[in-house]
Amino acid sequence: MFDYFDALLLARIQFAFTISFHFIFPSFSIGLASYLAVLEGLWLKTGKTLYLDLFRYWLKIFAITFAMGVVSGIVMSYQFGTNWSVFSDRTGPILGPLMAYEVLTAFFLEAGFLGVMLFGMERVGKRLHFTATLMVAFGTLMSATWILSVNSWMQTPVGFEMGVNGQFMPGPSWLDIIFNPSFPYRLFHTVNAAFLTTAFVVGGVGAWHLLKDRGNLHARKMFSMAMWMAAIVAPIQIVAGDLHGLNTLQHQPQKVMAMEGHFDSHPDGAPLILFGIPNSAEKRVDYKIEIPKASSLILKHDLNAPMAGLDTIPDNEEPPVGTVFWSFRIMVGIGFAMLGIGLWSLWARWRKSLYSSKGLHRAAMIMGPSGFVAVIAGWITTEVGRQPYVVYNLMRTSEAASPLDAPAVAASLLAFIIVYFAVFGVGVWYILRLMGHAPHVGEAGIKSGDTGPIRTAGITPGPTQNPGHVQPLPASKEDV
Amino acid sequence: MDLTVIWAFIIAFSVFAYVVMDGFDLGIGILFPTLAAGPERDRAMNSIAPVWDGNETWLVLGGGGLFAAFPLAYAVILPATYPLIIAMLLGLVFRGVAFEYRWRDPRHQRFWDFAFTGGSFVAAMAQGMTLGALLQGIEVTGRAYSGSWFDWFTPYTLLTGLGTVAGYALLGATWLVWKLDGPSQHHARILAKRAAWATFILMGSVSLYNLLLNAEYAERWLTAPEIFFAAPVPILTGITAIALLRALAVDRHSKPFWLSLALFLFGMAGLGITMWPYVVPPGLTIWDAAAPERSQIFMLIGVVITMPLIIGYTAWAYWVFRGKVGDEGYH
Repeated sequence: MFDYFDALLLARIQFAFTISFHFIFPSFSIGLASYLAVLEGLWLKTGKTLYLDLFRYWLKIFAITFAMGVVSGIVMSYQFGTNWSVFSDRTGPILGPLMAYEVLTAFFLEAGFLGVMLFGMERVGKRLHFTATLMVAFGTLMSATWILSVNSWMQTPVGFEMGVNGQFMPGPSWLDIIFNPSFPYRLFHTVNAAFLTTAFVVGGVGAWHLLKDRGNLHARKMFSMAMWMAAIVAPIQIVAGDLHGLNTLQHQPQKVMAMEGHFDSHPDGAPLILFGIPNSAEKRVDYKIEIPKASSLILKHDLNAPMAGLDTIPDNEEPPVGTVFWSFRIMVGIGFAMLGIGLWSLWARWRKSLYSSKGLHRAAMIMGPSGFVAVIAGWITTEVGRQPYVVYNLMRTSEAASPLDAPAVAASLLAFIIVYFAVFGVGVWYILRLMGHAPHVGEAGIKSGDTGPIRTAGITPGPTQNPGHVQPLPASKEDV
Repeated sequence: MDLTVIWAFIIAFSVFAYVVMDGFDLGIGILFPTLAAGPERDRAMNSIAPVWDGNETWLVLGGGGLFAAFPLAYAVILPATYPLIIAMLLGLVFRGVAFEYRWRDPRHQRFWDFAFTGGSFVAAMAQGMTLGALLQGIEVTGRAYSGSWFDWFTPYTLLTGLGTVAGYALLGATWLVWKLDGPSQHHARILAKRAAWATFILMGSVSLYNLLLNAEYAERWLTAPEIFFAAPVPILTGITAIALLRALAVDRHSKPFWLSLALFLFGMAGLGITMWPYVVPPGLTIWDAAAPERSQIFMLIGVVITMPLIIGYTAWAYWVFRGKVGDEGYH
């Protein structure tokens, strides 16, 4: 029995590790694909090569991000079966078709048009190439739609019948299953998060180059675009998050109790605990700083509304409070910091110091990777918050695992950790190196030719580029 | 017609599409060390760079489709071959990123070339051994795998693994014959001949071994009336093999690739005859493992609508990058 528990814990760690790593890439590539489509669209509309330069600059980064997303994603599509075979058998009739639709309507679309998007500009012409870029961007959004439908169904399962063999069988309406109660909120909140994450990466890179040379027109453009996104999308995201929270309160109350740190019920107005240390053993939050009745105000829109606490939930149905409590605060904290940057940029724009405010540039640079932290923290909040269930209230995580021995899972977990840190660490380093180059006029595309399609010959590490100055072209044919 | 049978054919088609499409780009990975460093390797890589990602998507469809259409089979096969699947996934990680990384970091290009080859070899070997593990039979109790976690490791699965490596190398070499020219094409033709012989020998050995493996398999192939359905497969395979060797002997460009592809098609047909109607021999038939009818219908609608589109734009993507790599590059 003890062995079995160990294998289960290892399988959970492995899933958490591989999906957290994987999630980093799509949360960037979803936003970046759309950003590339916007840049190429602006180039076609205005004819300004500035946009083409920016398109090519980010396309190189997109190519690496996408490759890492693909290979870490294939792992996910098999891990349901390798490590969670009981779950796969029981939920396959419902979740399998949704994932099959993801492959058919998203993965093929992305992969089919990616080659043309990366290498095909000169072969197919501008318009067809733009179509390919749009298809890739659309594919990333379709993929998010289906996989979040799958996840949402596990959180708020509806529209099924129980089969005699223990399987969850689809009921008469697939629309009920796809558009399950938490899906619209989760989809909007997650895709918005991907856009915001990308905006802060782009803004951070722009800020870095502005700090080195505030006259760089390319850096100015990307910084400005990113700050518009921050100013507009961050507040939307906070509202969307609030609505998602209300939806969670309705369908998964114990998750919200853990997020809020409400061990006790509050019959006349629950406080909003800003900070504190959840003490699950004693069932209280130590050293807490709280605003009286504010939680009831936010969640029920009434200062004195009664709020149930974890004391109303049997112990074996409670999620781990500490993790959920903290990850939720990290996510929300970053969200408000993003809003702060957005507002600061509006003020700087109004004061005409958007491109000269070193303080803003430094802050934007520091916030560059913050979206990834927020996305992972948000994911941990929702996934740990629904424990101990894998299909909410119907199937426990402990019932879902494959009949594997602990050493087998331990070995694979170790292999994943070593390989992922090595391979994706190197990839991130390559991305950072590309980002370290200043964007400039005559930006090389993902070059193709006899000596390699994916080489940025001629602009590999060299002295800082002088923006506005046309780079000498490399000896091989240039696809400007 | 029975929906379950239709789904068995759809999954088989996905697996076949995966095997031949990712087969040739995995094959190029396997052959990479035998290609000359420099332009020859670069061109070989370029010939697959725009399409490998699409090719690999068929693997996701194969896995995802199995999960959707035969969830019980998915839930049994993957734990039974756990170390193989993990090895395959990690191999695919290495070779997938090598496509990008080797151009990003010229100083470590040798390392990423090695990762490309190692990853391709491990993935091909693991896939072949998984097929072998399936054919030799998987122990099932109730609705779960009940063997130990090294049951998949036998001389037979080693043979099927090596056969797959050789077959992929053949697909890769004949693809290069098609896409390269000059001395590189000549080199690819030599590699293709060697890979062809290795494939014939290993494919033949696996086929004969199958007859010893399981009395039911032997009955399929050796007794009337089944033999009348089964016999054309080895005969056509033999004819194709001879045609392939002849095409490689003369100055043909695309023909060897198409003949290798036909060889895999007959291999697949043989596999179907051997396994039918089991999805997990010796116990689970496709009907035992099938998803309920509502799942099958819902997905079938998706397949009917999207599959022609997928095949259409995939073909278009190949068409965009047609021609010899060395002639014009991708400009």
